[in-house]
Amino acid sequence: MADSRIIVPPTSRRDEAIEVRISIRHGMETGYRTDENGKPVPRNVIRSFACRYNGEPVFAVRMTSGIAANPYLRFFVTARESGTLDFEWIDDAGARGTAQAPVKVA
Amino acid sequence: MLTRWLVAAVALFLLSAAQAQQRTLPSNVLRSGIEFAGADVRSMQSDDLANPGFLWVERGEKLWNEAAGGSSCASCHRDASASMRGVAARYPAFDAASGKVLDLEARINDCRVHRQRQNALARESDDLLGLTVYVALQSRGLAMAPRIDGPAAAAFDRGRAFYSQRHGQMNLSCAQCHDQNWGKRLYAEMLSQGHGNAFPAYKLEWQTLGSLQRRIRACLFGIRAEMPPAGAPELTDLELFLAWRAQGLPLEAPGVRR
Repeated sequence: MADSRIIVPPTSRRDEAIEVRISIRHGMETGYRTDENGKPVPRNVIRSFACRYNGEPVFAVRMTSGIAANPYLRFFVTARESGTLDFEWIDDAGARGTAQAPVKVA
Repeated sequence: MLTRWLVAAVALFLLSAAQAQQRTLPSNVLRSGIEFAGADVRSMQSDDLANPGFLWVERGEKLWNEAAGGSSCASCHRDASASMRGVAARYPAFDAASGKVLDLEARINDCRVHRQRQNALARESDDLLGLTVYVALQSRGLAMAPRIDGPAAAAFDRGRAFYSQRHGQMNLSCAQCHDQNWGKRLYAEMLSQGHGNAFPAYKLEWQTLGSLQRRIRACLFGIRAEMPPAGAPELTDLELFLAWRAQGLPLEAPGVRR
């Protein structure tokens, strides 16, 4: 569940809007499919995703079955000070994933 | 007079023998599948973060360095960016030890079974796709250049025969779409030239990375033909023919396709 890839600019200026990009490996099972035996495959999507910047929430998403597998998110955060971005997400099966990325303000 | 005819006949024979290995598509019309894709798919492939295939690349890189049965891939092959550069461009290739033509997946599994003494990884498993795409990535941008002479010639001929033979209920051969009608529309899709240079590729339809064999099987399903099981020699033979047919095109793995 921990598979993810993040890109944050290596350094940024104070009060600059920095682009944060994250791609998470997840099947995002819609719940609408059936397996080979005709049994429905239970829905399992990343239910919620949140990003904290030095502990403070800066971005959050609630996702549903309309999001494709391996979601790719791109958003902007204002670089106030050096620190870390903490990403956390949880899926319908209760599996939790986390990732971190440093922010360097020059 | 007779000798002159004989010389002419021999020359004609030699010419036709040379033509037998002439490309099905001349190199000046050779176009990678990405050129048939829309702008959204193209930008997804060209951006290494937006390209979901790189999630498998990372998995493959981890496996490369992870010991399995006492040794990792890296214990012998060291730095993949040096040792594996150009390797994928030569595959499928003849393997003297097994006496067969192996595709990259089969080669990796062969190493796992005979060198690492591990169980073979299942075709289309995330681990095998990860290792394959990690190795293939090291040849990104290099031209496809498989060897079809010597011991690989028989497999190549079988692959070529499979390619030009009609299959299934729709009675279609690969050549009818991909040699004779590429660039035309088939319902919502544009027919590509059917090159495998982007595989393993992330197919948006599959929502996952998949091998060239899976893509070929999907094509056979589409024309309602019998699908050989994953890893079947027919598929490897066809992969070799396709690699030769695409020779000169740059490797794109991990590609993105619709």
